[in-house]
Parts: sequence; structure tokens; C-alpha cells
Amino acid sequence: MNDFFSLMKHELILTILLVVVLILKLGKETTGNSSLLRVINLLLVLNVVAGFLANGTGELFNGMFRMNATLALEKNILNIGVLIISLQANAWLKTHQHLLEFYMLLLSTLLGMFFMISSGNLLMFYLGLELSTIPLAALANFDLEKRKSSEAAMKMIMSSAFSSGILLFGISLVYGLTGSLGFAELSQHLANSPLMTFVFILLFSGFAFKMSAVPFHLWTADVYEGSPVAVTSYLSVISKGAILFVFVSVLFSVFASMATAWYPILCVTAVITMIVGNLFALRQDNLKRFLAFSSIAQVGFILVGISGSSQPAMASVIYFVLIYVFSNLGAFGVISLVSALTGKERLEDYKGFYKTNPLLSWVLTISLFSLAGIPPTAGFFGKLFLLTAGAGKGNYILITVAALNMVISLYYYLRVVKVMFMEKNDAPIEKLPVSVSAKIALLLCMAGVVLAGFVSELYQYIYSISFGVI
Amino acid sequence: MNLSLLVLFPVLTALAILFCKGLRQVRAIALAGSAIQLLLAVVLLYFYWAERAAGNMSQMLFQFRHSWFAPLGIEYYIGVDGISVSMILLTAFVVMAGILVSWKMETLSNEFFFLLVFLSAGAYGFFISLDLFTMFFFLEVAVIPKFLLIGIWGSGRKEYSAMKLALMLMGGSALIFVGVLGVYFNSNMGDGSHTFDLLRLSELQIPIESQRLFFPLAFLGFGIFGALFPFHTWVPDGHSSAPTAASMFLAGISMKLGGYGCLRVATYLMPQAAQEYSTIIIVLASIAILYGAFATMMQTDLKYINAYSSVSHCGFVLLGIGMLTKTAIAGAVMQMVSHGLMTALFFAAIGMIYDRTHTRLVSQLGGLLKMMPFIGTVFFIAGLCSLGLPGFSGFVAEMTVFMGSWQHPEQFYRIATIVACASIVVTAVYILRATGKAIMGPVVDDKHLHLPDASWNEKMAAVILITGIVAIGVAPFWLNDLVTPGAEAIMNKVLTAGY
Repeated sequence: MNDFFSLMKHELILTILLVVVLILKLGKETTGNSSLLRVINLLLVLNVVAGFLANGTGELFNGMFRMNATLALEKNILNIGVLIISLQANAWLKTHQHLLEFYMLLLSTLLGMFFMISSGNLLMFYLGLELSTIPLAALANFDLEKRKSSEAAMKMIMSSAFSSGILLFGISLVYGLTGSLGFAELSQHLANSPLMTFVFILLFSGFAFKMSAVPFHLWTADVYEGSPVAVTSYLSVISKGAILFVFVSVLFSVFASMATAWYPILCVTAVITMIVGNLFALRQDNLKRFLAFSSIAQVGFILVGISGSSQPAMASVIYFVLIYVFSNLGAFGVISLVSALTGKERLEDYKGFYKTNPLLSWVLTISLFSLAGIPPTAGFFGKLFLLTAGAGKGNYILITVAALNMVISLYYYLRVVKVMFMEKNDAPIEKLPVSVSAKIALLLCMAGVVLAGFVSELYQYIYSISFGVI
Repeated sequence: MNLSLLVLFPVLTALAILFCKGLRQVRAIALAGSAIQLLLAVVLLYFYWAERAAGNMSQMLFQFRHSWFAPLGIEYYIGVDGISVSMILLTAFVVMAGILVSWKMETLSNEFFFLLVFLSAGAYGFFISLDLFTMFFFLEVAVIPKFLLIGIWGSGRKEYSAMKLALMLMGGSALIFVGVLGVYFNSNMGDGSHTFDLLRLSELQIPIESQRLFFPLAFLGFGIFGALFPFHTWVPDGHSSAPTAASMFLAGISMKLGGYGCLRVATYLMPQAAQEYSTIIIVLASIAILYGAFATMMQTDLKYINAYSSVSHCGFVLLGIGMLTKTAIAGAVMQMVSHGLMTALFFAAIGMIYDRTHTRLVSQLGGLLKMMPFIGTVFFIAGLCSLGLPGFSGFVAEMTVFMGSWQHPEQFYRIATIVACASIVVTAVYILRATGKAIMGPVVDDKHLHLPDASWNEKMAAVILITGIVAIGVAPFWLNDLVTPGAEAIMNKVLTAGY
């Protein structure tokens, strides 16, 4: 029984939070939005803190649910990300009439992701995946009066359903071939055969949909653009991070014996994902769309790292996602602030932004630098470790393509910086008031972006709990 | 001596600048910081000599290592030899002068000085690193501040130039990184682990097939920084659009990162490939020298004149590296120092002229020596140094490169040397023409008659740089003796690895 509590701690706390929010909802009439937000943010802080305490290792429910140090770290990263998103969304949520529903949906998708990360069985994985996806589609619709928002939700639910279908087909074939769905048994029964490669492609397509790797990326830009900024940042950071965590560990453990089969698939996907993401990002004027395509390109880089399939590969992926959480949320934080206060989301609106909002400009700039992989930000280390891990396989063509793609991506990141710092505007966005919670969120992001790189103990810890394909 | 101070001080200065209020405080802090840097560099030189005099013959002095990312074998590993010391001195001189000429930078002064000082931290770190990853880290630190410096405070087509520079240099670093990774994964430490440690890598034999693959990547990457033809195109645009201090940093320091990297990373770690590719390097360098010189003849803008002449002068650096003799490599390093000082002085003078006359076109300038004798003289000295007049550093450095090149008896090398020598005549033409028109000649614009001469800070900047130039020009042997052991170490690698 003790095991149950210590192993499922993250999930149990989230469930309790969900219940608390539900109770708050019942007594909502008496309290205003701002005090509710304060309570919820406090609870989320507690949730983050509790996540770090007393983590156990073990299995529950006959191996359906696993827990270990790696998974705990992954969940903690997501917890921190959700806290930052919640703090950033304050300005937007303050006036929203369905505040508590927002948090209920948010927490339940997070719960789904936790189950997905901890899953030790394909069924459990699928369950977690669906629990995380369906509330997310509802969240995408949360700008209730905007048509684009409902369009985004619709697109999301359709494409998710489609990808789930493919995934389920793959899972059923797996069961037919091996007679089991548990990861532990599967890893012993999988072998290289044409049918198994086909099954892998089906499962990989399901994953690729969620992490928006090309050619399964088509929903990304529209959904990102239509959703409220808070949901967009959730989609691009938390949702993507969770699926990447699962993908790496499943690939390296369950599919380890098929490494020769999936290596070329991964390389090709990585290259086209980087190139397509970058080329489309070049010409975007809406910042949310721009970040959508840039996040597609980032997935390409991550796939390059994964293709290294060694211990450094897994470490670099977790490390990169951690950095990506901070840098992408830093960028989204500024954009969500501007969007909530002025409704402006286009690149040209940011002309002369530095004149009026120097600090916010620097935050956005440093975040973009980190995304582009420019030192001394942590993104530099994150990206180069990915490439280093990928180069371990000796495939230098792949690495050269990736390195040159970093240069392309630099162009569009610098374009935003150029607009803010160098272009003149007679009517720039006026000086924006930054609330305390938004300040804390941005400060957290900046601290993460700077420290995650220099504090090498962090990387060493991640390395020590990672594993590679044997 | 603790070398980390060289990086730590600029970083602290940069951080202090962020908290300053008003131009006065900012520039006071920046000047104090750069003065300390210069002092540190001179002290470093002194200690270096003292160590050597005491008989310490290890290749790198003042080594310090601290494990950084242990699982990947990344260390913060620093140390200097004579080549690094001379580069550090150059950086310190140029930074101090650059800050002095930006004395009246009123727009966004905090940010401007922050970026300048931050950039210098990257350069110092690069020159002291003995770990390839750390080195690459510092190299990239020194890139992006330039984008902002040019884009925000520049003139003309500044945004285009800034973007072009950033993308080309980042393209260069992308190639460098692939080259570095190639070297890394070919370093078999015996237990399956790899290392970025420069000295240990130089002891391990990298297979010749890998050298053939990764030498071009690394050399080309660093070559882009060092204006290797045909990837020099960022130089004219970048220099001419940049504000004065940024031009000085760009030509005086940044381009030297490339030359230093070509030498220390590409040639030193992959000596066999360096020999195999030396023909191509020499051809490209000769083209750059000659093409740069002729392109300069066609320019009418003073900054473009100096920018194209930088392409030509940096060609000598690459020529010296390509020649692969001890003397030529020593000459290449001396040329880096000399060109760094000279071109910084040139850009400083051009900046001073532009601040007063608001034009950089030779045709609109004339007789400046009458109104501004000091600035005119500075310009003249820079010009004379550029065309290689004995007594200034340019002569010493270029002469050494030629001597080293001539040591090869084969016809190909002789021709390349003669071509390079011939370019000096062209240099004389464009320098004397520009100087004769703008500095000597008749006064063109009556409005120029009442322009003031250099202020104290500008005088100081010029004096600092001229001191360096003359110190090398009149007494070249201290610098020669400083860099020769370093060049010898590299040449030994080439010779022992050779056929």
C-alpha cells in the first residue's frame, strides 16, 4: 500500500488538485477570478515541490504502471512547465468566465500525460494518450468568441482521432504478432521482420502525429494559431515534451532489437522535419504560426539526437526538452502578454517594441536565442548535445544537414529580433504593465535558460538516469 | 597566473554596465574594465616571459582544467602559448581603443557597451581555450553581439549587412562544429571514450581518411571568419555598415578568430590533411590577396576601402598558414596582430573623420590634414602601415610571410609568393591615392574648414594602437620570439605526420 502512494504520487496529487478545483467551482459565486488564480497557482507550486520529494522505483498493477527516477524527472519537468504556463496565462484568465473549467481540463490532460509516461503496457499508454488529447481539444476551443478557436479544436480532434486510429491498428497488430502488450515481454519478442517494420511505422506515425513531425505536421500551424496562447504554449511544450519522453524510452527499450530497421526511418523523418519546419517558418507573419513551425523544426533536431540511440542520446533529449520548456515558454510568455493586453500577434506589430518595452524585448530575444542555439543560453548546449549524440553513429551527412538547418533557423529567429530592435515604428505597442505572476514566470524562464546550460550537474544527473539501446 | 580572469573581468564589466545609469557612468566602467583587461594582458606577457626564462618549456603555460560536462568529455580547459598571448594582447589593445572611440555613443549606451565588452569576453575565451567544445562555445559567443551592434547602431544597409554577417559566420561555425565532432569521434582514448582536449587530440593520430573529410570542414568554417575567398563577402558589407567600434572589433578581433582557428584546430589537429590541401589554400589565399587589392582600387567609400583591403591583408594570414613552414606560420600570426592593430587604427580614423564631416566618400573629402592634423596623421600612419612601410608592423609581418613562403623551392610556391608580393604595389596605389586626395589634397568643402581636431579620448585610442604598431615595427623580435615556439610546435606536428 505504501508502494502505491509513493509510486503514484504525481498522479494522486494531480487527482486531488482536480477535486479541489471542482470544489472551488461549486463555491465559485462568492470569490473573484484573481483570488481563485492565486489559490490555484499556489497549489501548482506545491505540486511542483511535492513532485521532487520521496520518489520511489517500482511497478504497479502487474507492470502496467512503472515509476523510476527518469520518469519522476520527466514529470517534474512537465509540472514546472504547467506552473509557468499558468502564471503566464493570468492576464488572459483574469477576465475569463470559465476559469475553473480551464484548470480542470488542463490538469486532466496533464494527468493523462503522466499516465502515458509511466505506462508499462501499450493499452495503458493508449489510455493515457487519449486522456491527454481529448481535454486538450476542448482547451483549444477556449477563446469562446473566436471562430478560429473552434476551428482549431475541430482540426485537432479530427487529426488526433485519425492518428489514434493508426496507433490502435499498430497496437492490434503487435498483439496479433506477439500475443502480449506489456513492454517487458514485447522487448523480448520483437524481431526484425517486414511485418514488424510495418507495425513500427504505424506506431511511429501515431507518435509523429503528436509530436508534429513531418509529414504528420499539417494540423500544427492551424491549431497553434487558433488556440489561445496559453493552450498553444501548452501544446508546443508540455504535450510535445511528454510524447517525446515516451517515444525515447519506448524506442530504446521496447524496440531496441529493431534498431537497424528504425534508424533510417528516423533519419529521413528528422531531415524532412527540419527542412520543412524551417522553410515554412521563414515566411510566417503571425508569431504563433511562426513558433509552430519553428517547433516543428525543433522536433527534427530532437529526432537527430534520438537517432544516436545511445545513453548520451536519451540524456540529450531529456536535457533539450527541459531547456526547450524554458526557452519556448519565455517566448510564449511575452507573446501571450502582448496578445492578452493588446490583441496583437503579428510580427509587424512588434516594430519598435524595444523602444517601449526593453525588458520584454530582451526576454523574447534571449528566449529566441536559446531556441536558435546561441551561447551563452542553455539552448546552445541542448542543441549541440543533440547533434553530438546523433554524430555518435558516424552519420556526418545527417549532422551537416542539421548544422546547416541551425543556420536557416537562425535567420527567422533573428528576423524577430531585427523587427523589435532595428525597425522604426511611429505607433509601437505602448508600454505594457507586467503583472507580478507574469514577472515570476518570465524570471523562471530566464533563470532556466541561463542556468540549465552552465550548471553541468544537471546534465550529469540526467545522463546518469538515462539509458541507450544495448 | 589565473587565465580565467581574462574572461571573468569582461563578463563582470559587462554585467556592471547593465546596472549603470547614463552615458558617463557606463563609459567610465567600460573604460576601467578595458584598462584592467589591458593591464592583465601585459601582466600575462610578463609572466609568460618570466616562466619561459625560468626554463618552463611545456607547450602551454598556466594550464587549468575543470570538468564541465563529464559524460561527454567536455572540460573547461585553458592555457596559453606565445600565439595565444599575442592574440590576447591584440584583443586588449583593440578593445580599449574601441571603447575610447565610442566615447560619445549616446543612443542606448548601456546596451552598446555591454555588447562590446561581452564580445571581447568571447574573444578572450576563444584564445585561451584548449578544449574544442569550450573554444567553440566562446567562438559563438563572439558572433551574435556583432549582429546587434551592426543592426542597431550601424549605418547604410545595416539590417542587410547584419543579417548577412550573422548567417555567414553561423554557417561557418556550423561547419566548424561538424569538423570538431568528426575529430572528437575519431579520438579513441582506449576505453571507448572520446575527448575534446586539444593537446591530447594532437597526440592521437586521427586516421587520414577522416582528416581528409573533416579538415576542409573545419578549415572552411574558420576560413569564413578569416575572410577566405570566396566566402569573404560578409567582410565589406559588415565592416562598412558597422559603427566605428564594431568595425574595429570585427576586423581587429573577429577575423583573427578565424585565422587562429585555422591554425590551432584545423592545421594542428589534422596535419596530414593540411599538407594535402595546402595547394588549394594557397591558391585561394593568393586570389584573395590579389582580388582584395584590386577590388579596393575601385572603392570610393573609405570604409569599403579598408574593408576590401582587409580581405587582401587577411589573405596573407591564410597564405602563411597554407605554406606550412615555421617562418610562414609565425609570419601569419604576426600578420594577424599587425593587421588587427592597423585596421583598427584605420577604422578609428575613418570614424573620427565621418563623425565630423558626415561623409566617407573620398571625392567629398580633401585637405583634412589642415583642419585636423592629428586625425590626418593617424590616417596617414595607418595607411603607411597598410602598404608595408618599414618601421611599422605591416612590413615586419608581411616580410616574414614572404620569407617563409620562399623557403619552398618549387615553382608553384614561388609563383604564389610573387603574386602576393605584387599585391603590395596595388596596395600602395589605393592607399596613396586615398590619402593624397582626402588627407593632403585641396580642401573640397568649405564647411570642413572649421571642424575640430581629435578629442582626448580619440587621441588616446590612436596612441594606444600606434604604440602597438610601432612596437612591432621597430623591434619585431620580441613578437617573433613570442610566436615562433608556437609555430614550431605546429610545424613539428606537420613534419612528423608528413610523408
